[in-house]
Amino acid sequence: MSQTTMTPAQRNRIRVLIAKPGLDGHDRGAKVIARALRDAGFEVIYTGLHQTPEMIIQAAVQEDVHVIGISVLSGAHNALVPEVIKGIRAAGLNDTLVLVGGIIPEEDFEGLKAAGTAMVFTPGTALEDIINYIDKSAPSR
Amino acid sequence: MANDIKTIAEKRKEWEARLSATTSKFPERPVRFSTLSDMEVPLLCTPDDLENVGFDFERDLGFPGEFPYTRGVQYNMYRGKLWTMRQFAGFSSPTETNKRFKLLLEQGQTGLSTAFDMPTLMGYDCDSPKAMGEVGKCGVSVSSIEDMEELFEGIPLGDVTTSMTINGPAIVILAMYYAMAEKRGVPREKVKGTLQNDILKEYIAQKEWLFPIAPAVKCVIDTIEYGTKHYPNWNTVSISGYHIREAGATAVQELAFTLADGMAYVEESIKRGMDVDEFAPRLSFFFDVHNDFFEEIAKFRAARRIWARMMKDRYGAKSPKSWMLRTHAQTAGVSLTAQQPMNNVVRVAIQAMAGVLGGVNSLHTNSMDETLALPTDEAVMVALRTQQVIAEESGVANYADPLGGSYLVEYLTKKVEDEALAYIKKIDEMGGMIKAVENGYPQAEIGNSAYHFQRQLEKKEKVMVGVNRYQAEEKKRAFDTLYIDRSVEKRQAERLHALKAKRDSAKVKQCLAVVKRAAEQNENLMPSIIEAVKHYSTLQEVCDTLRSVYGEYREEGKF
Repeated sequence: MSQTTMTPAQRNRIRVLIAKPGLDGHDRGAKVIARALRDAGFEVIYTGLHQTPEMIIQAAVQEDVHVIGISVLSGAHNALVPEVIKGIRAAGLNDTLVLVGGIIPEEDFEGLKAAGTAMVFTPGTALEDIINYIDKSAPSR
Repeated sequence: MANDIKTIAEKRKEWEARLSATTSKFPERPVRFSTLSDMEVPLLCTPDDLENVGFDFERDLGFPGEFPYTRGVQYNMYRGKLWTMRQFAGFSSPTETNKRFKLLLEQGQTGLSTAFDMPTLMGYDCDSPKAMGEVGKCGVSVSSIEDMEELFEGIPLGDVTTSMTINGPAIVILAMYYAMAEKRGVPREKVKGTLQNDILKEYIAQKEWLFPIAPAVKCVIDTIEYGTKHYPNWNTVSISGYHIREAGATAVQELAFTLADGMAYVEESIKRGMDVDEFAPRLSFFFDVHNDFFEEIAKFRAARRIWARMMKDRYGAKSPKSWMLRTHAQTAGVSLTAQQPMNNVVRVAIQAMAGVLGGVNSLHTNSMDETLALPTDEAVMVALRTQQVIAEESGVANYADPLGGSYLVEYLTKKVEDEALAYIKKIDEMGGMIKAVENGYPQAEIGNSAYHFQRQLEKKEKVMVGVNRYQAEEKKRAFDTLYIDRSVEKRQAERLHALKAKRDSAKVKQCLAVVKRAAEQNENLMPSIIEAVKHYSTLQEVCDTLRSVYGEYREEGKF
């Protein structure tokens, strides 16, 4: 476990959107992460289930988020994640940090990163590691 | 032998004094001794513990095959018939899954179990924009009766029991299965299997829904009513705790919420005018088997006892078949780790053993690679062999309820039962499970448990080997995983378009109008949907027709 780098008060300015794209109903992870990030001090918005990429893009733009965490456990990440990233960049969210979590085969990491994903978190990741990563990497605006 | 309770209690006090004398030298490890569900447990149980919780041999335990079925639903348990070894399978196209089915049957599996992909589970065809990237990923894609026929090609429907895990559009998939069996000339009483069809747990945990709660429950009751009359050996609902547990519930919550769901279906069916003994024997259950060995065994035993009493005392069922809780079980997907994945073989074996000692009727053992992807043939084989080793080598199948009478197991069974009944009482006070689900009560309880467990992991109060303790630097994965590419999506869509081009579209339109009218007039939907799918109406066409009448369910993004 590494040291946390921000205080909860410092995190307060960082808006995080937790998104569930596609038809996938596995929301245990997304909800646990959303809650942990909120408890750590971030401002957290959760999209709820079954969102199209357009709905997620719209929510991200509306809230002008610093971070999007996209949760996919259905195997549809290669189709859905690049769509979301393309959309938010086109809408002017140039520095929004994109994180992906879920059941993601290693062989897909590279493609997701090439599409603009900063980091992929797979099952077993400690909540604290995700918090630390956001502390370090969220845009400073 | 001085075995009266008072003497035993005195002897135990003496032993406890000697125990504390030793703890200065051999102190307990500095952890809280609790089950996986965080239920505090004793070091030791003695007969006086059972006396204290009001345990009564005849009333609470009895004999195998008899009320209240704590010891199992069959008289001779696994000596008569081993549990059904049923591996859940489904991926890619119907053709690919059909090959896996045949492989499993050749290897000694005794029943089939179908996993559908996300679009199918949500009532969308493979060519829907909503299906993008999801076709064939988590299960097999079925958009029409043509896909269904391909899926079961060459499989003798009259001889094999089939389980289908689908809920939101279950009524349509069941219609396809019945229509297919009819086309093949299989006598109705020989059509045997189980439809999951448990929509309440979708709103609670699995989250693959179509309609608002009331019309969705109506569809479930339609299938119960129709099945009871026409397909007497089909299990109409598999009331499922599995997804509730996987979403983070404790063992007690899993048990309580599942039984409460079952009670809601019973009540709704009675309201429809059915006699409880007509339909209750075809209700079956599906539970998780998690890591905590004794907690799980206690859960299965308590489940049978609570259900039997509920059916007899609350609903006035007279047939023993209505009292029996028959259950499938699956080892816990959430317990599997991507880290050091070979360890999963061991977890699955322990869980499977708990299921068998708990007296389950049917079992799926997870494959070691399922936390990474859908399982490969090789991994599935190890999982199936695990069951065969338990059945044929370990000797446990020789006995009916081998742990019955264990002070600890009886104590835990009673404890789990009491705690589950406390939840059921709370749900009763809310006006029943449908109301409770509408209010988000079980959803919130499960969310809290999931978060609590994650916190315990972070603090290392609970251990996952290879994840938060005993981690190891890992080399490249030791085995291959199954990879489904997106060409399936294209091929399936082409197949569907060809079907749409050749079918009688005027007839389809007419059939869908009949389905719509049945929905509007609140009739049983089964006959009209069977007719519609026979004429190649697609899954989505039927579901969209129903959505146009019932609307769609939406959940707010609470966490």
